[in-house]
Amino acid sequence: MTKKEIFIVSAFTENSVWKQVLGICSALAVTNLMKNSLVMGLGVTFTLALSGLTISLLRQYIPKRVRMMVQTLIIASYVIIVDIFLKAFYPEMSKALGPYVGLIITNCIIMGRAEAFAGKNKPLDSMIDGIGAGLGYSLVLLLISFFRELFGFGSVMGFSVLGDWWYRWSIMVMAPSAFFMLAILIWIIEGPLRANRKK
Amino acid sequence: MEVNPLIIFIAAIFTSNILLTNFLGMCSFLSVSREVESSIGLGLAVFFVLTFTTAINYVIYHFILVPLQLVYLQYIIFIIIIAAFVQLIEMIIERFSPVLYYTLGIFLPLITVNCAILGVSLFMVIREYTFIQSVLFGAGSGLGWLLAILALAGIRQKIKYKFVPAGLQGAGLSLIITGIMALGFIGFSGIVIIQ
Repeated sequence: MTKKEIFIVSAFTENSVWKQVLGICSALAVTNLMKNSLVMGLGVTFTLALSGLTISLLRQYIPKRVRMMVQTLIIASYVIIVDIFLKAFYPEMSKALGPYVGLIITNCIIMGRAEAFAGKNKPLDSMIDGIGAGLGYSLVLLLISFFRELFGFGSVMGFSVLGDWWYRWSIMVMAPSAFFMLAILIWIIEGPLRANRKK
Repeated sequence: MEVNPLIIFIAAIFTSNILLTNFLGMCSFLSVSREVESSIGLGLAVFFVLTFTTAINYVIYHFILVPLQLVYLQYIIFIIIIAAFVQLIEMIIERFSPVLYYTLGIFLPLITVNCAILGVSLFMVIREYTFIQSVLFGAGSGLGWLLAILALAGIRQKIKYKFVPAGLQGAGLSLIITGIMALGFIGFSGIVIIQ
């Protein structure tokens, strides 16, 4: 596969959220505001890219039996960098995201990419795969949060769009709507694909 | 925080259910909820591990990390404690109770990467709970998780052979059921309100 193909496959065709339903904890939790989703997406992309690179560089030296533990530690160190960076430069964002920054460690996407791709491929390819998977994930987050913020607060990225006449749907800010939105997204994307496959 | 630990316990089960309001532990929630038996096994394992790791992490955080000013290492330390604890429990169960090992043992490795476990430890730090509060919060969250996965498994077993649109089969349908369950759990918010 060329580098471009790797990117497209990991970002769209094999998108972690709608294809494999991985890492949806944070996809559901931070999508009430677009700003939070953007920061979360960038954090995950950063962690995915660099942990992919590191794990791929070290893949010959990590003993098979303890590889999960080593991978977790590598991922955790990058997450700490993200966390410290947010605390130092965007303290409000860090407070809004709360424990979900730390929970990037247990985000199944990162472990999944490490196991499925970075452990077997060249460093540069793994990094591109990480960036692709991260951007695919961010895309889903932004899509869901766009609708939740628009209907829930009448705004986009914090700017009021719909004005004062809009009656805010508080359900869109609450937990259940996150489940419904993700289910609808999966339905819209997977429905036609599966129908095609049947023919 | 001056909140009665029992209130935290009740709130963690119903009003701020770790899964239905904080979305933690979704991956194993969706993949293991096909049958009631296996979801009981996983739920019990989560409850057990959650209660103990919260207690251990509380002690480590307040008596080692804070005095040494190593708070920024909390993620690494917490995840190591959780992994080590799960490994230990697995070995103990395997040695002393083969029956329990067959029902619970296969789920234990899944738990290390269950974000509910790490999430509860992080919430405990952010919300500044005391020791008793933390333990009850951990136990309540575990019970709440068990309740949620049991309910989903029951519903999924009932509708196993019903017609479902192709795009919604599998994860999509489970997400919608979970959403309706979350709507129902909002009804509990009359009991106690705590954030």
